[in-house]
Amino acid sequence: MFVPFLAMHIPDGFLSVPVAVLGWLLVIALVGFALRKTRGTLDDRQIPLMGILAAFVFAAQMINFPVAGGTSGHLLGGALVAILLGPWAAVLVMTAVIAVQGLLFQDGGLLAMGFNIVNMGIVSTFVGYAAYRWVHRTLGGTPRAQIAGAAVGAWLGVGIAALATAVELAVSGTSPLGIVLPAMLGVHAIIGIGEALITVGALAFIRQTRPDLIQAPARADAKGAGWIAVGLLIALLVVLISPLADPNPDGLERVAEDHGFAELAQDPSYEILPDYTVPFLENEALTTIAAGVIGVAVVAGISYGVARATGRRPDSAASDRASHTL
Amino acid sequence: MTLPLQERYQAGDSALHRLDPRVKVVVTLLLVLAIVLTPERAWPAYPLWWAMTGSLAILGGLNPWRLARMGGLALPFALAAATLLFTTPGEPIIAVPGLTITGAGLARFIAIALKSWLSAQAALLLAITTPFADLTWALGSLRVPGTLVAIISFMYRYLFTLKEEADRLIRARAARSGALPGQRSGGNVIWRARVAGGMVGNLFLRSYERSERVYAAMLARGYDGRMRLLYPPPLTRSAVIQGAVPVLLMILISLLAVAWWSA
Repeated sequence: MFVPFLAMHIPDGFLSVPVAVLGWLLVIALVGFALRKTRGTLDDRQIPLMGILAAFVFAAQMINFPVAGGTSGHLLGGALVAILLGPWAAVLVMTAVIAVQGLLFQDGGLLAMGFNIVNMGIVSTFVGYAAYRWVHRTLGGTPRAQIAGAAVGAWLGVGIAALATAVELAVSGTSPLGIVLPAMLGVHAIIGIGEALITVGALAFIRQTRPDLIQAPARADAKGAGWIAVGLLIALLVVLISPLADPNPDGLERVAEDHGFAELAQDPSYEILPDYTVPFLENEALTTIAAGVIGVAVVAGISYGVARATGRRPDSAASDRASHTL
Repeated sequence: MTLPLQERYQAGDSALHRLDPRVKVVVTLLLVLAIVLTPERAWPAYPLWWAMTGSLAILGGLNPWRLARMGGLALPFALAAATLLFTTPGEPIIAVPGLTITGAGLARFIAIALKSWLSAQAALLLAITTPFADLTWALGSLRVPGTLVAIISFMYRYLFTLKEEADRLIRARAARSGALPGQRSGGNVIWRARVAGGMVGNLFLRSYERSERVYAAMLARGYDGRMRLLYPPPLTRSAVIQGAVPVLLMILISLLAVAWWSA
């Protein structure tokens, strides 16, 4: 990770209890649904396959490459696994990865594990997969479009997961949204580039060696629209629901009410952030949503641009689009 | 050149090692919950929580000071909360030119850092005194879906194997990355990322093909999609009582913290 303190594994203590409980409820519902979906589509080899691929994600996260100034980049893996296994199996694989990281290595907390699974196991895989399908389809379903889709999916998956993390921290009162949102998005926009490059490199290698393992999404165009809708919906839900879901006014407001707002306006501490105003209870959710929507729009807009730019190349290689699925 | 990956579990025969893993999982989760629920300004509660993790450490045959040091592993993340120092409204107490730290901000930041440190110690205690196989079994009997538990168990089983595969790939990359002193070797960042990507793809294929071999070997031994334990140990009364003692203490500290100290 480039900047450890902006990493996405949230330790315990940084999420308020209502937020952490909401995360666990989301995990129980969504992972339960993923378990039901995969039971129908994968046979009994699913358990060794998904278990070993979870270990693969863990080991692959250790393969780093030097960037600059002693920092290094590495894979997070949500989008790559979703592209290779489909999003539901990817949710289970990433859930296992995050559970082991939390239980065995204390990378991420136990109470905070709910939202850690939501961010890195569900949001990043679904958004990554939806963006991959969308770009792949929009650009004509060629192998080059598939690579472009993988790049956009990997980048966007990391970005939206970072956005979700920032919103959760802000709603918990751990860090003001006006600071944590741009910080997380800025850092992960760069981390996402590394993610996109590694994902593309991995897919290119697998396509050369075992083309039968790469699913051919162009075949199922009718279902593609559904995935795009699901991904967009998740991105919007992340933005809209999280701030509204917290039943308690956060500590910032409580303290603000104790001390009165007039005094705050003259408080010199605000001079470092002239645009950051203390929100009232009703406005706080709106401010959060507005900032989040802007974030999603910016990220989606840039990704669309990247997709257009990388996709407009002549395609020469005929793809081996075997319909083999895992 | 190998990557650091060390299991936290330390074999032992302490009271904590012998305790039923289900009880340990439940007590650990409740302890983390109680720590995180502590009101920000209930300062007397924090040393009590530390006394609790410290005495549990002693029961587990661990040095509490060492556990306290290990608990700092999540503290770099606390920088994410450091902005609270300056943005939380309240009485300014320290004014560096350009920045003002408020009392409320400082209290909030310290509370978050302490909670993170204490919760990490609780999670560490569980990992240090419980073999991972017992832990996954406990998760299964606490109603975590069996498929997920089986995936987690498989992941753990092959974690170190695949980590060594990754070690071999990294060693191979290092071996072919010779450079003359003072001369740049290899390509730019994008090229390097693509090389790492190729290694990840390589590792994926090795893992995928290994899973096929593992599956075939399991089929040959009669695998029918279910995982079985031969003798699931019964939950004894004494294990429940041993678990109830820390839980009662937690409830006491939490009540004191909410009703009295936070006022």
